[in-house]
Amino acid sequence: MPSRLERSPFAQWWWTVDRFLLFSLLVLMVLGIVLCMAGSPPVAERLGLPTFHFVSNQVKYMVPALAVMFGISMMSPRHVRRTALIIYVIAMALVVCTLLFGVEVKGAKRWINFPGGAIQPSEFVKPAFVVLAAWAFSEGGRRKDVPGTVVGFMLLACTIVPLVLQPDIGQTMLITLVWCGLVFLSGLHLFWVAGLGGVSMFGLFIAYHVLPHVAARINRFLDPASGDTFQVDNAIDSFVQGGWLGKGPGEGTVKRILPDSHTDFIFAVTAEEFGILVCIGLLTIFAMVVLRGLVLSRRNEEPFCRLAAAGLVMLFGLQSVINMAVNVHLMPAKGMTLPFISYGGSSLISLALAMGFLLAVTRRRPRAEIYDRIVPEHTEEAYA
Amino acid sequence: MSDQQGSPDPFLDDGAEKQRTPLGRRMIGGVQNLFRMRLDKSGHRVFLVAAGFTIIYAVIAGRLVQLGLRPDPPTTYKRAQQETAGVRPDIIDRNGEILATDVKTVSVFAEPKRIIDKDEAVELLTAVLPDVDARDLREKLGSKKGFVWVKREITPKQQQEVYRLGLPGVGFMPEHKRVYPNGVALSHVLGFTNLDNQGIAGIEKWIDGQGMADLGLAGFARQSTDLKPVQLSIDLRAQHALRDEVAKGLEKYKAKAGAGMILDVTTGEVVALASLPDYDPNNPVDALDPNRINRMTVGVYEMGSTFKALTTAMALDSGKVSINSTFDARGALAYGRFRIHDYHGTNRILTVPEVFIHSSNIGTARMAMVIGVQGHKEFLKKMGQLDRMRTEMPESAEPIVPARWGELNTMTIAFGHGLAVAPMQAVAAVGALVNGGVMFTPTFLKRSAEEAAKVGQRVIKPETSEALRFVMRLNAEKGSATKAAIPGYFVGGKTGTAEKVIGGRYSKNRLFTTFMAIAPADKPKYLFLVIYDEPQGLPETYGYATAAWNAGAVTGKVIERVAPMLGLPPRFDPPVAPFPLMARLGAWGAR
Repeated sequence: MPSRLERSPFAQWWWTVDRFLLFSLLVLMVLGIVLCMAGSPPVAERLGLPTFHFVSNQVKYMVPALAVMFGISMMSPRHVRRTALIIYVIAMALVVCTLLFGVEVKGAKRWINFPGGAIQPSEFVKPAFVVLAAWAFSEGGRRKDVPGTVVGFMLLACTIVPLVLQPDIGQTMLITLVWCGLVFLSGLHLFWVAGLGGVSMFGLFIAYHVLPHVAARINRFLDPASGDTFQVDNAIDSFVQGGWLGKGPGEGTVKRILPDSHTDFIFAVTAEEFGILVCIGLLTIFAMVVLRGLVLSRRNEEPFCRLAAAGLVMLFGLQSVINMAVNVHLMPAKGMTLPFISYGGSSLISLALAMGFLLAVTRRRPRAEIYDRIVPEHTEEAYA
Repeated sequence: MSDQQGSPDPFLDDGAEKQRTPLGRRMIGGVQNLFRMRLDKSGHRVFLVAAGFTIIYAVIAGRLVQLGLRPDPPTTYKRAQQETAGVRPDIIDRNGEILATDVKTVSVFAEPKRIIDKDEAVELLTAVLPDVDARDLREKLGSKKGFVWVKREITPKQQQEVYRLGLPGVGFMPEHKRVYPNGVALSHVLGFTNLDNQGIAGIEKWIDGQGMADLGLAGFARQSTDLKPVQLSIDLRAQHALRDEVAKGLEKYKAKAGAGMILDVTTGEVVALASLPDYDPNNPVDALDPNRINRMTVGVYEMGSTFKALTTAMALDSGKVSINSTFDARGALAYGRFRIHDYHGTNRILTVPEVFIHSSNIGTARMAMVIGVQGHKEFLKKMGQLDRMRTEMPESAEPIVPARWGELNTMTIAFGHGLAVAPMQAVAAVGALVNGGVMFTPTFLKRSAEEAAKVGQRVIKPETSEALRFVMRLNAEKGSATKAAIPGYFVGGKTGTAEKVIGGRYSKNRLFTTFMAIAPADKPKYLFLVIYDEPQGLPETYGYATAAWNAGAVTGKVIERVAPMLGLPPRFDPPVAPFPLMARLGAWGAR
């Protein structure tokens, strides 16, 4: 542990980063590997891959993920904005590429093949989008000469149109929700907040009527007898069979027939093998990260950092909430990964990116630095 | 808040403007305000977001707790174990011969949720197990159940073949199959078990009622040898001989049904019990056919003249009638518009032994009238004829007792009409009449004389019992029971022929015949009962279908065959002074 007197970049980072958040995230990453050992072998066997294929992949992805998280968390808010902008541009370009050259998997073009593996660019759009939106709203609220609100609205439109075309309703929904959260936090008049609520309802209504698979999922949730509820039934069965203490690692049987047991339904597998108590523990870690993030956001006096931290935490929190709610059948089935726990390279690195941003913007900074930004007249040129 | 320097408080702005601006500018100001980002509000709103997340996480945690509190569905193995009741104790006869035992077998089950291609599974399984219905199986596999049986109790070869199919979600469950090595010999007494090895009839059901099966279920017993065998009072050899003779008789006399029973009158043990037609407990497909009931315990019949033994005992035991009392059996006995006749009319005054050996309805009716309606009812109640008899057999029947019991009822019941009882009930009563006067509820479990003595209840005086033995022996020597009087065993007996009630009237040619015999009559050990339902007259019986010609003859054969096995040595010199009291009283026939 570096001395507080030391002025090296690492020492500076160590004493300013929120260590509670950092450790919680590291614990989640480790749990992700452990639970991947439970959830992925049946899928690997089904696909004819070595039993621990997905586990070793997950460990491999962990290296760049950790590098990204630590690297990004070292950045200053200004660098965070610039990085986000660059990533956003590249990722959006790739999203557009998926529409043109993407591989169609299960009826949607979300993946783009690269030598050495496929990536899902929409995953990388999310954290970059949140940072950019937070930037736009904070500037809009702070300065009258920057049309922040308009930029914010434009940003949303540009982002979700290609996602809807993929189609990727899950990501669209998530991005829109986080964006709405940012609008809410940026202090917009409650008139707009209410209006946004109405628009979201309308959007959901349109999706229900235009996209058959969305309609089917919602119908199935409302009336389980109307269609095939195989996934959900098995997920619930996992919880019930696992009981409080679980069947023990490797003892699960429902996981063998549960589709996506290593991604969307890893929470159910956790319940079957490790028990509901462990699930509640996992949920507590997620809740701690979210609440800690929001507390840090509230404490932060710098508008951009406050909005960005809150937005990133909402992104993380909503993703975890939606995934768990689907697993315990409180929501219609929706493809959403459980942050850091579900298998997936793109998802993992994207989350590392988001959490890197979060750590970066929640670092404690000398008040003078903030003060500089709040009284911008004399440091106009300092902006990115 | 943080950015007050950056943007002055808009509320103050508005207030200042309101005072001195026209409506139009205020509108514009209001609209502008609508678009303004108020970052100073975000502190509260972050708090609201945090509260929202907390609630959502709490809801999910609550749902997890709810799922945790859901009752745990038993896992496949537990579920299957519940269904296969597991081990049962062996059943052995009084000499230790196996009557029922468990054999290990294996059953195929499937877990539909784990079967990937259900149609393929159905196709392969039905190819190996051709007697499984494909459509039914497809339906079962399509269900949402966690566990279904494919086929119970398959052969080792079939098991090997199913195993080789390598179907996921198809497994084997070791089971215990109940086997009755003697087949039909003891069907009604043993009863049978269902596929899950639960007793559903006879002694098998009784065993389950004793909680022995629960013991096996709880896992205390893995093999039937872990459980103490249940020893019955049945003697398998005697049982086989009895069933064989009753079956031969059934065929010979073309009767609808027949039954036989041997009771050890000194202990109340049932040594043999057969009821035909019967069924094979190994494959009890027709066990529920109403014609295959256990006629000894489930059927109730008017026992006919065998009931005269009860009436005679009642009269003698009361003290109001002695062995030398006489009854007028001339003509017909008129009661109201009814007239009671004798079948073997004698038309003279008869002594008690004569009434018995001539089976005089008139004499017996008069004898009962000496006691009266109330005394008659009390006596029959004491002899267990008015209540359902409970033994280890779960199958039993309530006697049919007249709703209004007047003098006429007493008269007819005295000679065995008007009261229908299970034959085993009558056997138990007659057993008490001849064994010295101690009533035992018959048992199917082996017991010693000492154990029996504890439960026996004295119902008549020993002197009365001697008189009954005397008249029964007399009947075998001079009366209607001569066909069963096998030399050497000093047999006593009583016939009974009842006309069956068909459509509310007694039918002359549909008879129910019974024969009760005791051996040896001086000190009875065994009581034999044979009954036939609607036996037919044959040329060699001179067309007669009454009890002596069929039930009596069969009883004789049974005694001849069974007595040596049961350890009754033949005595070729008649016993000296078998009935000392009767001789002293100078009873008719004792001289």
